[in-house]
Amino acid sequence: MRASRHAAPASLPIGSDADLAWVRQQVRQAAAELGFGLVQQTKLVTAASELARNTLVHGGGGHVEITPLDAGPSPGLRLAFVDAGPGIRDLDQAMTDGYTSGGGLGLGMSGAKRLVQEFEVDSRPGEGTRVTVTSWATVVPPTRPGS
Amino acid sequence: MTGPSGNGPFGGPGFTVPVLRLGDILLVTLQGELHDGMAEQLQQDITDRIAHTRVTGVVIDISGVDIVDSFLGRVLAEIAAGAGLLAARTVLAGMRPAVAITLVELGLTLPGLRTALDVERAMELLTAGERQAEGSP
Repeated sequence: MRASRHAAPASLPIGSDADLAWVRQQVRQAAAELGFGLVQQTKLVTAASELARNTLVHGGGGHVEITPLDAGPSPGLRLAFVDAGPGIRDLDQAMTDGYTSGGGLGLGMSGAKRLVQEFEVDSRPGEGTRVTVTSWATVVPPTRPGS
Repeated sequence: MTGPSGNGPFGGPGFTVPVLRLGDILLVTLQGELHDGMAEQLQQDITDRIAHTRVTGVVIDISGVDIVDSFLGRVLAEIAAGAGLLAARTVLAGMRPAVAITLVELGLTLPGLRTALDVERAMELLTAGERQAEGSP
């Protein structure tokens, strides 16, 4: 298991508008602490916002697990959005740009996937959905000797 | 751990987005976290204000907004579309570079929504357009 020096994995509830705002704030803070650049932070927070809203709107609420990963060469942040909702019936369709079942623009899943480095969906009809995404902070070039 | 159930520093129920009238232009300043409900309320407020004040332009300043996701993007596009039907033009001002990069990757380029680098340029764009309209036969 990849342990973290920065912070323990945190679980935040997703049950309301205010929770979405809180999740965005906490993801932003965790990414900043891990040394993510501004663009990487913005992409990850935006992806988190899309996925948390899916959890709320389509999954009927749930939670997000935020896990800092700093055992590898570059620190990363893993986010797992979990709900016990109806599940995604047609995953290919859900991942298509422009497909929406919730009155949005249909960019939530496909857009979020483009904003992160790793994206995994585990969904079972009637049981729920777990979407796990991971982003890595840009690899910082090693400091030159003597600098 | 403190929960989000309270209103928090970024507003919640009861928090309103300031909408200022400057001559024929409405200036809307978005800042920090905008809850989904607030964004929808804003859409209604702006549309009402346009209808009642007969302004011809709307500037939405998003320089204080650190993320625009597909929900907020849709609300902004709908505000502009609604304003257009009420004969007012909308300019989105001050988008942060990181937000622009993210929106492109997200696939949300907001076609049809005019942008300006800051509020001043947005105002110029709207007033210049007006002079042109007056000058044309």
